[in-house]
Amino acid sequence: MARIFCYIVHKAGVPDDSAFELAAAARKIDPAAAPTAILTGSGADLDAACKAVAASYTEVWKIANEALSYPNAELVRKALLKVLPSDSIVLVAHQHFGIDLAPGLSIKTNSAFVSDVLEIAGVEGTTLRVVRQEFGGQVSAHVGCDISSGAVVTIRPGAFKPLEGAAISGSVVDKSTDIGTLAAGRRYLETVAAEAGDVDITKYNVLVSIGRGIMEKDNVTIAQELADALGAAVSCSRPVVDAKWMEKSRQVGSSGKTVKPKVYLACGISGAFQHLAGIKGSPFLIAINKNPKAPIFQVADVGIVDDILEFLPELTNKVLELRSVAAK
Amino acid sequence: MEILVCARRVPDTSENEIQLNSVGNDIERDELVYSINEADNYAVEEALQIVARVGGTVTVATVGGEDDEEVLRREMAMGANRGVLITDEAFSGSDGKGIATILRAFVQKGHYDLILTGVQAEDGAAQVGGMLAALLDYPFASLVNSIEVLDGKKLKVSREIEGGNKEMNEIDLPCVLSIQTGINEPRYVGMRGIRQVASVPIPTFGVSDLGVDPGAVGETAAKVKRVDYFVPALGKGAEILRGSREENVDKVLEFVAAKGGLK
Repeated sequence: MARIFCYIVHKAGVPDDSAFELAAAARKIDPAAAPTAILTGSGADLDAACKAVAASYTEVWKIANEALSYPNAELVRKALLKVLPSDSIVLVAHQHFGIDLAPGLSIKTNSAFVSDVLEIAGVEGTTLRVVRQEFGGQVSAHVGCDISSGAVVTIRPGAFKPLEGAAISGSVVDKSTDIGTLAAGRRYLETVAAEAGDVDITKYNVLVSIGRGIMEKDNVTIAQELADALGAAVSCSRPVVDAKWMEKSRQVGSSGKTVKPKVYLACGISGAFQHLAGIKGSPFLIAINKNPKAPIFQVADVGIVDDILEFLPELTNKVLELRSVAAK
Repeated sequence: MEILVCARRVPDTSENEIQLNSVGNDIERDELVYSINEADNYAVEEALQIVARVGGTVTVATVGGEDDEEVLRREMAMGANRGVLITDEAFSGSDGKGIATILRAFVQKGHYDLILTGVQAEDGAAQVGGMLAALLDYPFASLVNSIEVLDGKKLKVSREIEGGNKEMNEIDLPCVLSIQTGINEPRYVGMRGIRQVASVPIPTFGVSDLGVDPGAVGETAAKVKRVDYFVPALGKGAEILRGSREENVDKVLEFVAAKGGLK
């Protein structure tokens, strides 16, 4: 079996959660594997991240270079190409950096590429079998991947449980001198923080969250009326922001806000993993969607197959009715 | 600016319930509504807006078959100057690298300053743009959600990163960008617009036109192959309420109150 490497994303000296999930995925590919972690960066942050990762990996390759202070995928790719043995299997988390890095890396290493893997189904000969999802998570697929000349595999964040066991003290191997000078056709300038928005959805116990099922901008008031009645806020999924029906600050998900309400009403939301990634703290999740196949029903506590445009107004009326009875 | 947008026709997941066929080796495609991949449509709109600001042309290309002409016509009705169908028996069964290899050959037949793709299609792979850039040795940026033309040699682009933050980059032309949904508001296309381009000829390119090695594309070259589709056995799954709407409303309110939501 080829050697397995896990490229670790880190920030401010702290490795991303995916560092430990990649180690678990590597072990599923090859139970005997001692995967090697690779970290790029510079300075004390890189050293701190390497040290943290060495608690889970027997070997950690450190590539320090001023040009890698901010992870620019093109520069990282060039650095990796200098150190990776041929036919390696490289695992990367399927998030914004992995999406930037991994496809091009597979071309330059002339190896197979398979992305957003949820599960490793096994290895037979030189074929790695994995599970992916298609059509917004409505169906899954087994995919076979010829790893005879290596592979680049991106792993869905949260799909693999980190291995349990005592911390080890792996060795950090400095590979920095192998790199040479680095230049890229793309240069990082700065990071612009998200705008705050009028309502802070992270502060509410109840969220009435709307998705594509709201159908049009004018219908957002249907959700707002329910939220007002409940003392809740309206949040949303990506398509609602893409369509400019709500501000980006209302979006729940990996590219939006992370929320921890007590109750989450997912209304007309299909349940893409990027959306679910923004819902933390295990709220009670009630899903209302007219598509009984919507993936949201796999993760919700309670589901109702219905049209939100009809269901939500009735819910609002009922809340208002109860409130007026209570007020008397 | 000469812009190429690589687009694809896909089943519209917002309009369809995806079901497996009886054999389980594919989805049931007969009843599906197809349309242009959503992110690709944003890419075409972005190309049109860039050309409106700085001049140039927009070419939309797709690798596929005759049925895919409809998305090319749709994008021409939006304003694209040219639609191109890249089609050949030898292309079928291509994996991501195969598609990128075909597109590279097409790119090398022309002169494009900027190549756009949607960030991902229905398979969620998010691969072709990054592969195409690497094959061409062009710079690449994924998840792009704004583009500013700085001069004839470079762009300023932002990428969507975690938490709604934006990563600003300068990137040299020619380059490949994968476009995130929401970057703009794609213009509406009416039936009238589509009728107006109904008879515009759509050039086709095959293996010999492009000078592609048939052994480097298609099913034989593919290292990555889908084995089957399946619907995973549900974990716990939701408790589906099957009462009348009125009963369901009451149930939902009970849950909301019990979980500390209603005060």
